[in-house]
Amino acid sequence: MPSSRRPRSAPGASWLLKTATWGGVLFLHVPLALIILYAFSSEDKSYVFPPPGLTTQWFAVTLGRTDVWAAVTLSVQVAALSTAIAIVLGTLAAGALARWQFFGRETISLLLILPLALPGVITGIALRSAYHTLEIPFSFWTIVVGHATFCVVVVYNNAVARLRRISPSLLEASMDLGANAFQTFRYVLLPQLGSALLAGGLLAFALSFDEVIVTTFTAGQQTTLPIWMVQELIRPRQRPVTNVVAVFIIALTFIPIVAAYWLTRSGEDGSAR
Amino acid sequence: MSSAVTLNRVSCVFQSGGKAFRAVDQVDLEVRAGEFFTLLGPSGSGKTTCLRMIGGFTLPTEGTILIQGEDVTHQPPYARPVNTVFQDYALFPHMSILDNVAYSQMVRGVERAVREKRARELLDLVRLPDVAQRRPAQLSGGQRQRVALARALISQPRVLLLDEPLGALDLKLREQMQSELKSLQRELAISFIFVTHDQHEALSMSDRIGVFNKGRIEQIATPADLYARPATRFVAEFVGAANVLSGEGARTLTGHDSAMIRPELIRLGTESGARTGGTVAETQYFGAFWRLHVAVAAGARLLADVPAATGVPAVGQNTFLHWDDGAVHALGAA
Repeated sequence: MPSSRRPRSAPGASWLLKTATWGGVLFLHVPLALIILYAFSSEDKSYVFPPPGLTTQWFAVTLGRTDVWAAVTLSVQVAALSTAIAIVLGTLAAGALARWQFFGRETISLLLILPLALPGVITGIALRSAYHTLEIPFSFWTIVVGHATFCVVVVYNNAVARLRRISPSLLEASMDLGANAFQTFRYVLLPQLGSALLAGGLLAFALSFDEVIVTTFTAGQQTTLPIWMVQELIRPRQRPVTNVVAVFIIALTFIPIVAAYWLTRSGEDGSAR
Repeated sequence: MSSAVTLNRVSCVFQSGGKAFRAVDQVDLEVRAGEFFTLLGPSGSGKTTCLRMIGGFTLPTEGTILIQGEDVTHQPPYARPVNTVFQDYALFPHMSILDNVAYSQMVRGVERAVREKRARELLDLVRLPDVAQRRPAQLSGGQRQRVALARALISQPRVLLLDEPLGALDLKLREQMQSELKSLQRELAISFIFVTHDQHEALSMSDRIGVFNKGRIEQIATPADLYARPATRFVAEFVGAANVLSGEGARTLTGHDSAMIRPELIRLGTESGARTGGTVAETQYFGAFWRLHVAVAAGARLLADVPAATGVPAVGQNTFLHWDDGAVHALGAA
């Protein structure tokens, strides 16, 4: 977008706005910069500013720590599985709610979105007491189910918005031309829905990956990465290791979110025409 | 001639908000093989629902639908030997034009080289040979219309269903497509079932027309029959302009309880031998003719179309109206 086309505002307002904008951006991102800085700090007991010295030794230390790797692996597994469950269930729910009128449709729609709106503590307590009542022992799977509750919503929201924009006659045309339900899904619906599902899936993955509250309530002896970090901060030993891991997470979360942003954008461009 | 599509006592009832709405009410219909049949009616009259039931997108509440003698009432769209051209064309936006046209061959497992060759033939048929690699978004409305036609025709359906396919086109393009569709239908010798609310379109293209009103068929006839001998008041007024008279005025002027005279069959003349006379209340210019609104006795107004070449009386002048006995068409009690 050429910036020269935009009208320039009055100098006074512009100065104030610029200051406020930069202030906001700094407020949001200076802490992130500090995290990255402390990943290189030579002081390992506490955070002092400025750091007494800079070193890259913590990256090597982090690589050697098996508890980090266990936590990362667990988090990736949990996020991948809850995202997979969310994509299947979210798409199915979106399909039912976007297309058909039936009794209780609005209620189901509201109930589906609720887990995202509810405080995580409530979801956590609810799941914990449900597991307890049903005598389900805490495990990897209890975490996955806990995360899936809010991951489904993210996928559902993306899918339902896209489905509502797809003309029903596209699906009718496909069936009219001889395609059965599976072929219609494969060749018409999925390509139309694909970028929305990918975007929803990436967001769901990112949400699950850094979830603390629900995980705290639904995990037994399992330690996901965010839980590991909280524990790590409580005892001051090799503190910069936490920062090294944080730097990795920043990178890991940033990539899918940017990707999701671009993918939904291109999807909208394609279907808007 | 054999029957291509038969509807026996077909009804379609929609439930909405606890209320039942009979979109199609006990329709009997027979479309012959090779016929251009039009379902004509105002919006909400049930014509599109009728077409959707033949295509299989809406299931009838009661009645049976036969295509080429075979009962397809409960068959899904993909099992029926008919194809549809949708109102919004419904081209797949993520596929090239070639893939769009080849789609029905692709899902039937025809190998790529064969189906693409066939798709190119169809694009030639609709005179769009150069757009194969483009996307639907890069085409004009008229071009998309032709692609939709090619796509629907590739698997050689015996019946083609067209749901107001020309509605989105501008007038000039629409007239051109009307004659193209008609000649395409003759060339392919298959049945076209065409839905429209445009009576000009219906009259100029169809072999026969079924006129819909409130879910029922009022009349099925050839365009000429429909125009000259409408069965009901609704048909008389919906197809073309008409002077529909009823009650006392009808009896004095025509001798029938209810009758219709087309405006172009009324002439202006002198007092001697005039059927009636009155004051010109309004004149409208249509290019080829003037339409006069003449206020005659008993508060009735008659429309009279007079050729533009002849002079017309000014508003407020008195004039006398003449017509032949044959111009009067008696309408049924309905």
